[in-house]
Amino acid sequence: MEKTGAVLIVGAGVSGMQAGLDLAESGFKVYIVERTPTIGGRMAQLDKTFPTNDCSMCILSPKMVETAKHPNIELLVNSEVQKIEGEAGNFEVTIKRYPRYISEEKCNGCGLCAEVCPVKVPNEFDSGVGARKAIYVPFPQTVPLIYTVDREHCIDCGLCKIVCEANAIEHEMQESETAVNVGAIIVSTGYDLFDAGALEEYGHGRYENVLSNLQFERMLSASGPTGGHVMRPSDGAEPKKAAFIQCVGSRDVRHHPYCSQVCCMASTKEAILASEHAPGLKATIYYMDIRAFGKGFQEYVNRSKSDYGINYLRARPSEITEEKDTKNLIICYDDTQTGELKRDEVDMVILASALKPSLGSEKLAKILGIDTNTNGYFSARAEEMPFDTIKPGIFITGACTGPKDIPDSVGQASGAAAKVESFLAKAKGTLAAEKKEVPEKELQEEPRVGVFVCSCGLNIASVVDVKSATEYAKTLPGVVHAENTIYACSDDTQEHLKDLIKEHDLNRVVIASCTPRTHEPLFRETCREAGLNPYLFEMANIREHCSWVHTKEPEAATKKAKDLLRMAVARASHLKPQKTRIFDADQSATVIGGGIAGMTAAAEIAKQGFKVDLIEREAELGGTAREMNSIFISGKVPESVVAPLIEEVEKNKNINVHLGAKAIKLDGFTGNFELTIQKNGTDSTNKTGAIVVATGSTELKPEGKYLYKQNENVLTQSELETGLKQSKFDFESAVMIQCVGARDEERPSCSRVCCTEAIKNAINLKRLKPEGSVFVLYRDMMTFGGFEEYYKMAQEEYGVKFIRYLQERPPEIKEEDGKLKVTVYDSVFGKNLEIIADKVILSTPQISPEGTGELQKVLKVPRTADGFFMEAHAKLRPLDFTSDGIFLAGACQGPKDLTSVIAQALGAASRVCSLLSSGFIEAEAITAVVDEELCIACGRCTEVCPFAAIDIITSDLGEEKARVNEALCKGCGTCASVCPNAAITPRHFEKSQVIAMIDGLLEGMKDGT
Amino acid sequence: MEREPNIVVFACNWCSYAGADLAGVSRIQYPPTVRLIRVMCSGRFDPDFALRAFAKGADGVLVMGCHPGDCHYVEGNLKAEVKVNMTAKLLDAVGIDPERFRLEWVSAGEGSRFASIVKEFTLTLKKLGPSPLLATPNVQKSSIAEREQVETGGS
Ligand code: FES
Repeated sequence: MEKTGAVLIVGAGVSGMQAGLDLAESGFKVYIVERTPTIGGRMAQLDKTFPTNDCSMCILSPKMVETAKHPNIELLVNSEVQKIEGEAGNFEVTIKRYPRYISEEKCNGCGLCAEVCPVKVPNEFDSGVGARKAIYVPFPQTVPLIYTVDREHCIDCGLCKIVCEANAIEHEMQESETAVNVGAIIVSTGYDLFDAGALEEYGHGRYENVLSNLQFERMLSASGPTGGHVMRPSDGAEPKKAAFIQCVGSRDVRHHPYCSQVCCMASTKEAILASEHAPGLKATIYYMDIRAFGKGFQEYVNRSKSDYGINYLRARPSEITEEKDTKNLIICYDDTQTGELKRDEVDMVILASALKPSLGSEKLAKILGIDTNTNGYFSARAEEMPFDTIKPGIFITGACTGPKDIPDSVGQASGAAAKVESFLAKAKGTLAAEKKEVPEKELQEEPRVGVFVCSCGLNIASVVDVKSATEYAKTLPGVVHAENTIYACSDDTQEHLKDLIKEHDLNRVVIASCTPRTHEPLFRETCREAGLNPYLFEMANIREHCSWVHTKEPEAATKKAKDLLRMAVARASHLKPQKTRIFDADQSATVIGGGIAGMTAAAEIAKQGFKVDLIEREAELGGTAREMNSIFISGKVPESVVAPLIEEVEKNKNINVHLGAKAIKLDGFTGNFELTIQKNGTDSTNKTGAIVVATGSTELKPEGKYLYKQNENVLTQSELETGLKQSKFDFESAVMIQCVGARDEERPSCSRVCCTEAIKNAINLKRLKPEGSVFVLYRDMMTFGGFEEYYKMAQEEYGVKFIRYLQERPPEIKEEDGKLKVTVYDSVFGKNLEIIADKVILSTPQISPEGTGELQKVLKVPRTADGFFMEAHAKLRPLDFTSDGIFLAGACQGPKDLTSVIAQALGAASRVCSLLSSGFIEAEAITAVVDEELCIACGRCTEVCPFAAIDIITSDLGEEKARVNEALCKGCGTCASVCPNAAITPRHFEKSQVIAMIDGLLEGMKDGT
Repeated sequence: MEREPNIVVFACNWCSYAGADLAGVSRIQYPPTVRLIRVMCSGRFDPDFALRAFAKGADGVLVMGCHPGDCHYVEGNLKAEVKVNMTAKLLDAVGIDPERFRLEWVSAGEGSRFASIVKEFTLTLKKLGPSPLLATPNVQKSSIAEREQVETGGS
């Protein structure tokens, strides 16, 4: 039986949307079922995201808009999965649709009904801090923007019916059912938050000034209930002293034994933002371990201390009480240094609630016939198959499989999409819709510019006077309309923009908001939908280049914003419509790196029918995993994963493996790269459509530290692994020292994997020799998520001893009578301990491997200060490089555990396949063009062109002229700046357009704006 | 209030503009003296751009591109370097201190480098004082003929 080319996604948070978009792009019909009235999930509730303090809504909005608009995606909100029948490849799913009591077809989201509705109820979306009406949308940027009646609270007054001009209100609406046929299902139901009230000692729900972290997030949000003002619920006063309490319901056997993984960074972020919103605030974070394990996390914590004065206090408070008259709160805790009972008085408390499986997971698991683990999260078939469930055709992704942060969820979503794409490969495109072409409107002479000035919540508006900037825009030449908007990228603003283009007959659009590098594609697409050529759109970057970097100078920032607006409007008036170029794409890919990440990506791409070249520097496939003793914390041996993968790769006819080879030169562009590979001294050049970088990481060798290389009994973790693997390792008393060469001045970041590696190896040592003793000297145990349970297991079941040391008093090591003596200051007991050891194992960070710099030069992709490759956007595009057609996966982006590596590799494969599947590539219309009348055929442009894209030809008139080969030209514009007669110019970066900006800027300065 | 210099920056899309974005995302503060003009590559820099900017009253001009070897168009940045050196001589000849004009390499990962260049250049310009051309009457309205030539020639 043929498989069905449609997919059902359950849950429309960021992971569900990302999976849906990847699949829809690849040519599958996608149904997204969502229980609430809007897509967007948890991320829509957050104000900012860590560790960049990027605005959450701004990252999410373009994805929500894209999801809502995609012709292959059908949204079913207010709906739940009821029943499934059939089998993998052909499921019939029955979906229950809860009534909105409003016609989805008729409602236009005007909001008149909510204005007149007399009933106020606490808003779930604001976690109860704010109120909504009985007829409502959860938040202003809701997608789809359709109201819902809350029948439970509706008093049937009928006012909404009177004001609704669309006649959309249908109080008699009934629950209904729909059935859809799909080939596969992805579950991405996310998480819920633990009810902090269940922890009675903290008084949430009893004391007004004790908030959950989600309530606090809503308070920070510009579009939230307090408009972004931080205030005490009891009296509306700005807090002076706030306490953030970690692990509320997490790492707690009474509730959730696991670590919730995201709260340490979330609280750091909230404390930073709180101090920005309420200057002078003293914020303290009460924690057990600060788990700053991701890319840039430790640096973020460091910055919160140095720049914002956030105080971190290691304690788990036993109780919080309220002062009756002031409503202040008293936090009681044991001082870990002195053992004394202490009491701190603060005026506000924020509780970091645990993440838990979302409501109904258990029921959904039953309906679908898949498993959950002891903590109630959906469980994967195996550690190396993070998206497979026990039921073929049903996959899981995101935080419904365990706590996860945003980039992990986004990356994973692409991975799950890849699994579906290969599973349904043959049915791809069978049910996809055609993209609608919108006729372009005629361009009249006079520019008619429309300007939007975005507040970006408070990101721009808290610094730049957006109202005055908007008024100013109205005075600029050519501007016929200007307005201010809270989020320029939200779905409703896109619709509004389209209306305005029609209403005011706009032929140029300027949006002053964030960087064009992330949001230009979205706005261009909206222009295109309104019949305006996308190249008639221009952005002014008043966030990254203005409000975020001149925070303390609102006046100067406002002036700068006006200057940038003036420049953008001036340029916009000179813009011309352009046609994008369509090229055939080479339907093949190249993967660089033959470790688990590279092999997984290669195998997946090959499964979808594309040819793959796999390049590995070493003489063998397998990467670092090959040498390991065990590759997952559960103790699985590498042979069980690496060997089958190598076999799969070697057997697959679509994969061509190049061992002992490296990439030395890259030409061409996305879809049409030419990559030169060097092997045994000979070079060969291959055409390839896309490239995946999966070069992994390597362990730092701590020369000169702790007698390493001076005493043979001092090893690194990987050397221990090798010893164990070859059964050459024996010990009586082993000491592991964490953070050797990490989280210090020189290398501030945490390497993420060393704590779990240490626990894995400590358990292995104890298994090998139960009577031996194993000590782990650590600073903070980074056993995030489910790893926490292994941490506990190591202590309780295996008797591994954990001793916390302070960064300022690191352990010392000495050789004595052929033994090693390690002295460590135990910060809990406040005294020095001496351990006689026969083996000392150093946990050192992962660093980028040799050759990374060389590869960077070949591919021209950026790296961060720590040497790892840098993705296009930390949250939005974790698997892409900024250069189109080049992707990254695994530890080359930063240290990662193997499950995440595999997830990323699958994700990158999906990104590649979405790119290649159509067989063509749309390229930017920025190539150079020659004005033959002006060209004197001097040939200077042909000399400077790096791509040999310009030739001197004989024209129809028999004259020598320069001509550009559009397929080769990449639009750098170097030719234009050497042309003595201004005869050659790159489209969209014409001289007049650049000069217009210079003039616009400087001439306007004189008017004293 | 002390007069802040105004600086026009030509920044390549791939490295320097992205570096400025990163400075923003990392909230690294720098003086509000620069206005960026995005070009695909620093190789797009045309001596006319700098001349025009100075003629219109800029106190300083910065050209920013990828580090040598990193340019997305192979060596647009090196071509820019040649033009920048030439332009500096030209500026010197017309009485503009070449210190007001500079080429800098900034990668996409160097937000803090971007910010410190701006800080340091702003200080230099403050020391040099306002552009000498600002004292010349009618700098702002530089010749109409020149403008027309640009407009017709540019397309
Ligand atoms: S692309 Fe940055 S200098 Fe050429």
